[in-house]
Formats: sequence, structure tokens, C-alpha cells
Amino acid sequence: MTKKYIYNSYKEAIKDLKDDSSIMIGGFGVQGGQPTNLMLALRDLNLSNLTLIGNVAGISMVTGYGWKDSDKDKIIDQSIFFKDKQVKKIICSFPIPSSRNPLSEIEKAWINDEAEIEILPQGTLAEKIRAGGSGIPAFYTKTGVGTIVEKEKESKIINGEKFLLEYALNADVSLIKAFISDEKGNLIYKGTSRAFNPIMATASKLTIVEVDKIVSSKDIDPERIGTPGIYVDRIVTKNNELS
Amino acid sequence: MNYPKKLNKEDIAFRASLELPSDSYVNLGIGMPSLCAKYLQKEKNITFQAENGILGFNEISKEDEQDENLIDAGGQFLVKTPGMSFFDSAESFGMIRGNHLDMTVLGALQVSEKGDLANWMIKDRGIGSIGGAMDLVVGAKEVIVTMEHVTKENKPKILKECDFPLTGINCVNKIITDIAVIIVEDKGLILTEIAEGWSTEQVQSLTEPKLIVSNKLNRYITK
Repeated sequence: MTKKYIYNSYKEAIKDLKDDSSIMIGGFGVQGGQPTNLMLALRDLNLSNLTLIGNVAGISMVTGYGWKDSDKDKIIDQSIFFKDKQVKKIICSFPIPSSRNPLSEIEKAWINDEAEIEILPQGTLAEKIRAGGSGIPAFYTKTGVGTIVEKEKESKIINGEKFLLEYALNADVSLIKAFISDEKGNLIYKGTSRAFNPIMATASKLTIVEVDKIVSSKDIDPERIGTPGIYVDRIVTKNNELS
Repeated sequence: MNYPKKLNKEDIAFRASLELPSDSYVNLGIGMPSLCAKYLQKEKNITFQAENGILGFNEISKEDEQDENLIDAGGQFLVKTPGMSFFDSAESFGMIRGNHLDMTVLGALQVSEKGDLANWMIKDRGIGSIGGAMDLVVGAKEVIVTMEHVTKENKPKILKECDFPLTGINCVNKIITDIAVIIVEDKGLILTEIAEGWSTEQVQSLTEPKLIVSNKLNRYITK
């Protein structure tokens, strides 16, 4: 829809999300590019039976991974949804750190059989989402051949090499993070904070973006748009420069 | 058996740094592989890729100048440098799977004599993190493994068959450990370098498959 809904409250922006939803969480799993405020609002909504899709999922809160030294007291990652048992399943590439000391919330949930964890190669996860957002139902990849990723998957020999069939991935909602939006939902990203955000923006029925600021379309360079507004439904920010 | 002193992580990283081809695009894995960058000769003109979506970084940020939007996949904050480029995860892994990287250096839990790699899950834990490793081993033109030669319990990590879950099959080209450098070829594992003080018999005794000693066996190159 061309009409974009602009919020100054993270809580308001996600208040109609429902139990049993599938939710993509953008970024890489580090501080930059993660929709941290939307995640906190979602946790406080206290939904149940969620299916989460994210890349690195629950490393930072146990290891400090990817957060600036000056923000070490504010670290949030996807494990916040596991603590209160809101998650039925997570699809990700990197759910646990190499050390078990201390044990992460995600590993605890897995040990206690409270949540299912589907672990995918990162490139396969990214391509499944890209495919999901661009009308490609499935694709073949060499990644995972000969490993447990291959289990129960169809395969095909193409030009003498074996490839696995991977299906596209879509969700009900994507929560993403960008640097700047205009009122049309055109998004600009910064540095390495793209990661899974641009592809997740395309792959859900409802895309909600958290941005550092909203500016007028007159003040945004179309050459720099990383996600065109067609993919974006709701924009949330504490810094609205629209007059 | 009593063994001579092993080399350390820095020695392994230095040795691995010599493998990086001039004018190449390289992805270094987390941990020991990342240490390689420290020993790189500038004139080699290497461009590093990190799978979170960056090419062309070469400097770690000072603690008080960290920028949340400038980071590598291992979580190191970077300094903005001319020639860098940024891209999303689909493009990053298109680049990796599409054979555009000349080399990746990765850590390992186990390597088999056929070059199978296991580096993402300890069997008994039942859960692990794949990350980008499975894509890197099928996509990079050359795969170098850096690891300690044996486990903490002194068990070989170079095995006839890996018993941990695999990252990829038949994908490792060279293994650099704290006592030896071994090339993986169709005919088997070729021992090409051994650390000072070590005999080929001692290296063999800590390696499960039979090693083929190169007729050009060298001393392990150190700093």
C-alpha cells in the first residue's frame, strides 16, 4: 500500500501483532542494524507460539558479541523472547556461542525442549528469504551437500554436480532497522547495518521499520535508497523531521 | 611418547598468512584465522571480505571510536577506509557461493583424509552454529584450515573419517597446525612442513590417517 503509517511509539507500531505469528528480525545479530526497540516492544507484548527468523540469534547477551564497549550495559538479542517462553520455533544460522559458560537462553530452551531450533547455513537462509520476497518458490544450492543440512531434502545433479533443493521463506511480519526513511518508506542504510534488513523487508506480509530519523522525500537522495518504499508498511522513529 | 614443544596460535596465524595469494579476495574465519591479518605484508594487496556485508577493511577501530555500523562478522569494529564497499546478506553469500573469493581460512574441530571438514558442532552437545562456514567451503576457490593438531585430551583431529557433523565434504586444500603443514590431495595427506624438533614419526603418531611425507619436506616456516 502506498499509504505509510508513521509512529513515534514502538509499542503502538506493533500492538496488533498476534500469537502464532512468524516474525523475521533484521540485521546480522549485532548492535548495528538490529531493530532493538521494536524487539523490546514485541517482548513486552508477551505473545506466545512465535516462529522467529533471524541470523545470529542469541550470542550477544552471553558474550558481548557485536556491541560497542560503551553500550555493553544495554545489550539485547533474540534470546529475550526465549526467557518468557514466547517462542515455538526459531530459524537461524548461529543460535549459540562456542562456550557453554554461561548457558544462553536459547540453548536452555532447547535443552528443556521448550523451543524447536532449525539451523541453516547463513547463505541458504539469506537466499531463502530473497527468494521468498521475489516470487521464486525454490532454488538449488551446493551448500550443505554431504552434511546434515541435506537430510530429507530433494537433490539434483546439474552439470555433474549435486545440488540441494531449498524452498523460499516468507513470514507474517518483518521487523527491520534502517538509518533514514522518507514519508514514502524509502530506506537508506548505513555501513554494515544492511545484512538481512533489505531482504527481510521484501519477504513478509507486514514490514515494520525502525529508523534513526524520518526526513522529507525532498531531502533524500534517490540514488542512495537501499530499500524502495513499496516494501515498507510502517515506520517508527523518535526523530521525525517531517514538518 | 614424549613430544617436543608445539608452536602457538600466533605461529599458526603467521604461517597461514603466507598462504594468502597476492591481489586476492579473502574471507578469514573467526578466531585464529582472523589473526592472519596481523602478519600480512602490505604489498600483497589483499582485500578482505566479511560475510555480514563488507569488502575492503584492513584496520580495527580504537575502543573509544567504535561505530556500530562498521563491523566484521567476528564482531570486530572497523575503521572506514577508502575502497570499502557494503552490501546485504543475499549479495554477500551470492559472492561467496558464486566462486568470487580466492581463499577462505577457517578453524576446524576435525578434518578427514579426504578433506572433509567438521567445524560447527561438537557431537555430544547436539546443537551448534553453522553461520557462513558451509557456504564458504563450497564457494571459495581455496580452503585453508588452521587448528591445533590434537584435542586437549591429545586425540588426533586429523582423522580417517570425521565423527562430528560435517561442514563440507572434500573441501579442505591445506591444514596448518601447531606442528605441521599438510596438503590434501586425491592420493592422500602430504606432509610438507614440520615444526622444529619434531620428527615425521612423532607427527604421524598424532595423526590418524597415514601421512605421505613429501620428498621436499621442509621446516615449518616461522616468524
